[in-house]
Amino acid sequence: MTEYVLILVSAVLVNNFVLVQFLGLCPFMGVSNKVETAMGMSLATTFVLTLSSVLAYLTWDWILVPLELEYLRTLSFILVIAVAVQLTEMFVRKASPLLYRVLGVFLPLITSNCAVLGVALLNVRKEDASFLSSLTYGFGAALGFSLVLVLFAAMRERIAVADVPEAFRGPAIGLITAGLMSLAFMGFSGLIRL
Amino acid sequence: MNLISVTSPHTTGPSRTQRVMAQVLLATLPGLAVLCGLFGWGSLINVVWACAAALACEAAVLRLRGKPVGFHLADGSALVTAVLLALAIPPTAPWWLTLVGVGFAIIFAKQLYGGLGMNPFNPAMAGYVLLLISFPVDMTRWLPPFEAPDLATSLQLFLGRDHGIDALTGATPLDSLRTWAGDAAALAAQPALHGTFAGLGWEWVNLAFLAGGLWLLWRRVITWHIPAALLGALALCALPFWLHDSARFASPLFHLFSGAAMFGAFFIATDPVSAATSRTGRLIYAALIGVLIWVIRSFGGYPDAMAFAVLLLNLAAPTIDYYTQPRSYGHSKPKRGIGG
Repeated sequence: MTEYVLILVSAVLVNNFVLVQFLGLCPFMGVSNKVETAMGMSLATTFVLTLSSVLAYLTWDWILVPLELEYLRTLSFILVIAVAVQLTEMFVRKASPLLYRVLGVFLPLITSNCAVLGVALLNVRKEDASFLSSLTYGFGAALGFSLVLVLFAAMRERIAVADVPEAFRGPAIGLITAGLMSLAFMGFSGLIRL
Repeated sequence: MNLISVTSPHTTGPSRTQRVMAQVLLATLPGLAVLCGLFGWGSLINVVWACAAALACEAAVLRLRGKPVGFHLADGSALVTAVLLALAIPPTAPWWLTLVGVGFAIIFAKQLYGGLGMNPFNPAMAGYVLLLISFPVDMTRWLPPFEAPDLATSLQLFLGRDHGIDALTGATPLDSLRTWAGDAAALAAQPALHGTFAGLGWEWVNLAFLAGGLWLLWRRVITWHIPAALLGALALCALPFWLHDSARFASPLFHLFSGAAMFGAFFIATDPVSAATSRTGRLIYAALIGVLIWVIRSFGGYPDAMAFAVLLLNLAAPTIDYYTQPRSYGHSKPKRGIGG
């Protein structure tokens, strides 16, 4: 039990995928203009990340390792992720057409979110990866991503009305803010040694 | 109803911001005096140098942006940032360390966001964290208390001439705790941990900042919410663990009077710009800072955590505001997304 809590805390705070490992920056910058959109994106990404992390682990353990096809992992994981995203997209279109319109191109782009592929690849590299640890790791990575995405979106809503110098408006000040957030997250380093 | 019923001419008071900033500066004086008494002239030199650097950076940016330089400099906010950062930096800091920190604080954390009132992060703490991550060795060189070097040595250190500086420095109470936690015999042998009622020397620094903070409270520059919630949460976290295993975890009293606890609770976390806005929001904001300080001090990679905890909650403040927005009269509570 402790092991899973440690994996979760590590993935959410200490090795946060966005602010410490710098993965998944495109949706982090792209869908953080409004808090509501960011929340929708967080939910979609959480679902895809958790699902694809588990599916990738199963693909690895049941297909690639027995057939000694480990070198095909990147290719097969991309395929698995694409399926998971397609599933999510079909569900969101039916369940919430508004969110579907708001997320627009960023929903199918979860496929190319490097955090998703990163989680799958980093996970099978760990020697003691199991079904439950993959689930926890994927879910933790997604929680960490959602947390910083929502915090960042709330922050950007405030910065949008600030008197930022002309040259730094928009993505420039957004990236500076992301850098400062990353500085703050350095405080968690050393909290957990896995 | 109480309307002003005097006829003109009315005299106007001085700028309110200027008055607030001046009072904050005054309130840091006891802390600065104790720091100088314990560690020599270094802190005073740092404060003066940081003020000069901050005014220069602020003036340069204001000029570039074509804003009235004198008007914005006169509000004193740059001075407050400089003094707070200089008080947090060790008294052995060379001149360039302070300059880098103040420059980053004023230019990046404050002016790029539009200046006073717009900065989402506390500028002084952003500068401090940048220095702590970039120059960890220089930022942890504290002197042992009561062995203050003379003015000449302090000036040499400020100019960056390394006079066997490592022979001068000593572990702070929090450093000792971090190194020896879990070993009761070693902890008992650490002189830094055994002052009159908390860590040696640092208890007086914290007491002085507490006095300054209480004066600010009495002058109504700050409200009680943030300091009370922060210190309360810190003590509440420390208490059960200390009772459970006093060799591994420090006592609540030690936590409250070590490192930057009082300084942070009254001077840093209370920054009205980067904190949460509503009263409920501020209580949540400050309590979470207290919890994070205890967690990072007890389990993390850094001995003290005030700057990190404040920055982490600065970045959460807009979200806290989003969920704790008070209901306006005649309207129902705004509906918020997940959990709102």
